[in-house]
Amino acid sequence: MSQQKNPIMGWIDDRLPVTVTYEKHMSKYYAPKNFNFWYFFGVLSMIMLVNQILTGIWLTMNFTPSADGAFASVEYIMRDVQWGWLLRYMHSTGATFFFIAIYLHMMRALLYGSYQKPRELIWLFGMGIYLALMAEAFMGYVLPWGQMSYWGAQVIISLFGAIPVIGDDLTTWIRGDFLISGATLNRFFALHVIAVPLVIVALVVLHLLALHEVGSNNPDGVDIKKHKDENGVPLDGIPFHPFYTVHDMVGIVVFLIVFCSVMFFFPMGGGFMLEYANFEPANGLKTPEHIAPVWYFGAFYTILRAIPHKLTGVIAMGAAIAILFVLPWLDKSPVKSIRYKGVISKTLIPVFGVAFAILTWLGTQPSSGEFLHLINNTTLARWLTAFYFGYFLLMPFYTRMEKTKPVPERVTGGH
Amino acid sequence: MKKVIALFALMASSLSFASGGGIHLDEHKTDLTDTASLQRGAQTFMNYCMGCHSLEHGRFNRTAKDLDIPEELMQENLNLANKRFGDLMTIAMRKEDSKKWFGATPPDLTLVARVRGGSGDWLYTYLRSFYEDTSRPWGVNNAAFKDVGMPHVLAGLQGVQKKGCAPVSTGYDSLTGTEIMVDSCELAEPREVLYLAEEGQLTPKEYDNLVYDLVNFLVYIAEPIALERQRLGWWVLLFLVIFLIPVYLLNKEYWKDIH
Repeated sequence: MSQQKNPIMGWIDDRLPVTVTYEKHMSKYYAPKNFNFWYFFGVLSMIMLVNQILTGIWLTMNFTPSADGAFASVEYIMRDVQWGWLLRYMHSTGATFFFIAIYLHMMRALLYGSYQKPRELIWLFGMGIYLALMAEAFMGYVLPWGQMSYWGAQVIISLFGAIPVIGDDLTTWIRGDFLISGATLNRFFALHVIAVPLVIVALVVLHLLALHEVGSNNPDGVDIKKHKDENGVPLDGIPFHPFYTVHDMVGIVVFLIVFCSVMFFFPMGGGFMLEYANFEPANGLKTPEHIAPVWYFGAFYTILRAIPHKLTGVIAMGAAIAILFVLPWLDKSPVKSIRYKGVISKTLIPVFGVAFAILTWLGTQPSSGEFLHLINNTTLARWLTAFYFGYFLLMPFYTRMEKTKPVPERVTGGH
Repeated sequence: MKKVIALFALMASSLSFASGGGIHLDEHKTDLTDTASLQRGAQTFMNYCMGCHSLEHGRFNRTAKDLDIPEELMQENLNLANKRFGDLMTIAMRKEDSKKWFGATPPDLTLVARVRGGSGDWLYTYLRSFYEDTSRPWGVNNAAFKDVGMPHVLAGLQGVQKKGCAPVSTGYDSLTGTEIMVDSCELAEPREVLYLAEEGQLTPKEYDNLVYDLVNFLVYIAEPIALERQRLGWWVLLFLVIFLIPVYLLNKEYWKDIH
């Protein structure tokens, strides 16, 4: 493929497929021209991943991964390290915005059936990223070694103790000690800064390779490869670069405006991003009044709490995550996009989005409270948990039963 | 979409009731640009609090610089333990000792404003809510922090408050404009209130001002970068908004022929 125009590129291309790779993934990767608002969140997740990695590298330069030094070193970064406060806030705010982007990215897949054949592997790699990201965020939250770091870890690790026979030994193995201690902090530091980021980056590469192999879905869920011109270029496709690079730039700048508004003016996020109790050093003898996980685990924490039996609750929580993995095989609909699905799907998909948001909210609240002064939090949590599982478990039936609309041959709307 | 926004607004409003532990918190209108207030607050802290409470994550020199306090003044009048100017604001009292003396080690207060809801409201209420309770080791209790282990260090300034029935304002007479005072135990919902039983060196207004300044200082020391963070934030946002214009136009230019 080496073209004769540039001898240096030609020399390199004979030894490393730079031009071919660039064309395959950028200048000759044809993406549907009708992407809408929902299609920004993939690249925004990438931006946040890069943000987390870069700020993380500089944070490790001054962080002390020990039970004695961790808390003070974070305040040292906030006060005595040049620009340390900015790095720390970019990292802590970045975690929240990473999850916001990921959740909206997943919602997009749900709306337009981006997980359906032939994109099952893309979805599976994506779920792998999500799972690794949850582990990454959980272990990262332990590092500042505040009260919520300590007790949050205590609660989450103790969940493994519910597993019969091996439970207790397993929790000891995870902690590296009989209780959360400096040993736990040290290993979480290693996993947070090296092991899990490597896994995430590798999965992101696989996610993108798989995507570029089959091509991007679109809001209509039509296959743009069915109609090509004489050069084999899809009629409804446009080169990713420059069209979607300039397009994504707009989304990125708008996203950064929102991100910076929160980071510079509300870095604690009202106690949702940096919890108040976490400004108190970890104390194994003093339990905080209200232990709650960070907001992005809220939905699964609510499902755990909704079930009064510990082991069953843990199983339900695990199942809530596991069921997402098999989504491509639960959706039996002949069409991909919500636009052409039947009335049941059209109703349930948005309702599911709202239900997930409420489940997330409930996870940050005491279970004894009342939601909007209307319904007991636990009662609501149980109804929504039932809906969560019902939505997925009944999907093979209602997606097959409902009457779908005909899918157009070519993409509609767009620009 | 509007319904969704309204729903979230409702959620946010129910949140404000979630913290606070029951007692009504008086609002502290924090002003980090009021350097004189911060200086007075630092002075109060160093003289009344720092015997037991450290500010171990903050440094004398940084505080002096941020609060416009000259080095000599800081070292002679506020750095009472004669530490070096660049030192962390630690205290000499050993944690094991104070644990024995008070039952609990007086906590470091560098981050106390962030621990207490990220604002000065709780502290402002707490420091004005001590009342006489002879059943407690130090003779005082606190309406915002039940059975607190801390003595009322500022009692000499505030005087002695008691908890019981006392006249409270229920509004203003519409004809004469005078305040209507009713005994708190004879209200529709009877309750006990704090009232000043013995005057201190300061009037109630002066005492409130002193606590205001002290809390202002504590909010500052919890995040010394706060003002700079916001100042920089406006510039970053300004840049991004301006940057958005060419980015938007570039996108429009590229996409104008795509149909």
